[in-house]
Amino acid sequence: MEISENLNQEIPTVEASGITIRLETFEGPLDLLLHLIKKEELDISDIPIARITEQYLEYLRIMKDLNINLAGEWLLMAATLIYIKSRMLLPPDPVAQTDEEVQGDPRQELVYQLLEHQKFKNAAQMLYTREEVETSVWHSPPQEVVEHGKEVISATLFDLLKAFHDIVERFEAQRAIELSFEEVTIEQKLAEVRRLLLVHDTILFSDFFKDLTSKRHLIVTFLALLELTRMREIWIYQKKNFEEIYITKGKSSGETI
Amino acid sequence: MEMIELKAAIEAIIYVADDPVKSEQFKEIFPDESFDKIETAVKDLMQEFNERPGGMLIREVAGGYRMTTRPEHHEHIRAYLKSKPSAKLSLAALETLAVIAYRQPVTLAEVLAVRGKKSSTALQTLLEKKLVSILGRKPVVGRPILYGTSKEFLIHFGLKDLSDLPTLEEFAQLAGDQI
Repeated sequence: MEISENLNQEIPTVEASGITIRLETFEGPLDLLLHLIKKEELDISDIPIARITEQYLEYLRIMKDLNINLAGEWLLMAATLIYIKSRMLLPPDPVAQTDEEVQGDPRQELVYQLLEHQKFKNAAQMLYTREEVETSVWHSPPQEVVEHGKEVISATLFDLLKAFHDIVERFEAQRAIELSFEEVTIEQKLAEVRRLLLVHDTILFSDFFKDLTSKRHLIVTFLALLELTRMREIWIYQKKNFEEIYITKGKSSGETI
Repeated sequence: MEMIELKAAIEAIIYVADDPVKSEQFKEIFPDESFDKIETAVKDLMQEFNERPGGMLIREVAGGYRMTTRPEHHEHIRAYLKSKPSAKLSLAALETLAVIAYRQPVTLAEVLAVRGKKSSTALQTLLEKKLVSILGRKPVVGRPILYGTSKEFLIHFGLKDLSDLPTLEEFAQLAGDQI
């Protein structure tokens, strides 16, 4: 997909064997085959396999001339087409006895694959249309809910910063020598917090920082928590002012049936 | 409880809910009312509500009821919210999702067989967006992971349940006509 997009921008046409060919964008070998069949108005139940194979290989050749790396599936399909072509040239095996040996049209499997593929392309189109409609629709925004018996107040940014400051101070007090430079990204940290919340409903804010050994790590963790709050994936609260701060899953995190 | 009162209360609940509200949830809130009466109330409410030419709709999504804006107002709503249409799924992701939706529970290898190309990147996107979830493992050699669609999938595409999807036969017919 990316390859072909680049193609269309930079090299819209290609000179090959004296003919100018416009390269269209194809996601995979089945898409190319479907295109060839439609373009030539061929009967899917009786594909002229030699012609299709030739056109398919020509397309691959052009791609190769353009130094485009073809994924394995393109070559696999080429091999399949050539195999079918050779099978069609052979007379039926006269000594074949069992059903397995007496095989029908060698194109059958490919035709089935093409029809299946077209079927799911149609289904994908249907999903696309539905998505288009759904992105034009809004529902009432989630409201913050305080569950019964769980008297809580949302922690303010100030509470968070104070808690974080305490943690950094504690860290500096028991400072060990930083030896290795450990690269932690916010993305990794986000994933880690999400994982933890899958296992635990509620986690103590300070627990996130307990075993961390570098200041950089502390800061990245803190930023990750802020980011998750912003995305409403987590909810940070405390039961009373200046008490422990807790982290729990927010409303927007997904749920499966 | 009077029918009219029940319908009004249900309407109010659907309005405040974050997620689509299921009939069973109404039954919990109105324990003295019969299930049949609740069902009738919801259906009547939905019909009356949606018949009026307003800006909102009550729809059946993911096995429950949800109040949403009507799609035809999207331009004005976007102008007010100052928001752009959100990023849509790529063609590869949609195709992969279609295979998973119709063939679930399905393994990655089975998806590859239908699409004729690698699908792991698309699958990764779908898992991140929580449209697809892991259902378990297939009891065959290698115990490959089985994937299926999630509740988020139904919500994302505005589907009542999986049977709300058109049947594959309809697409097969269409495919036959196309090629």
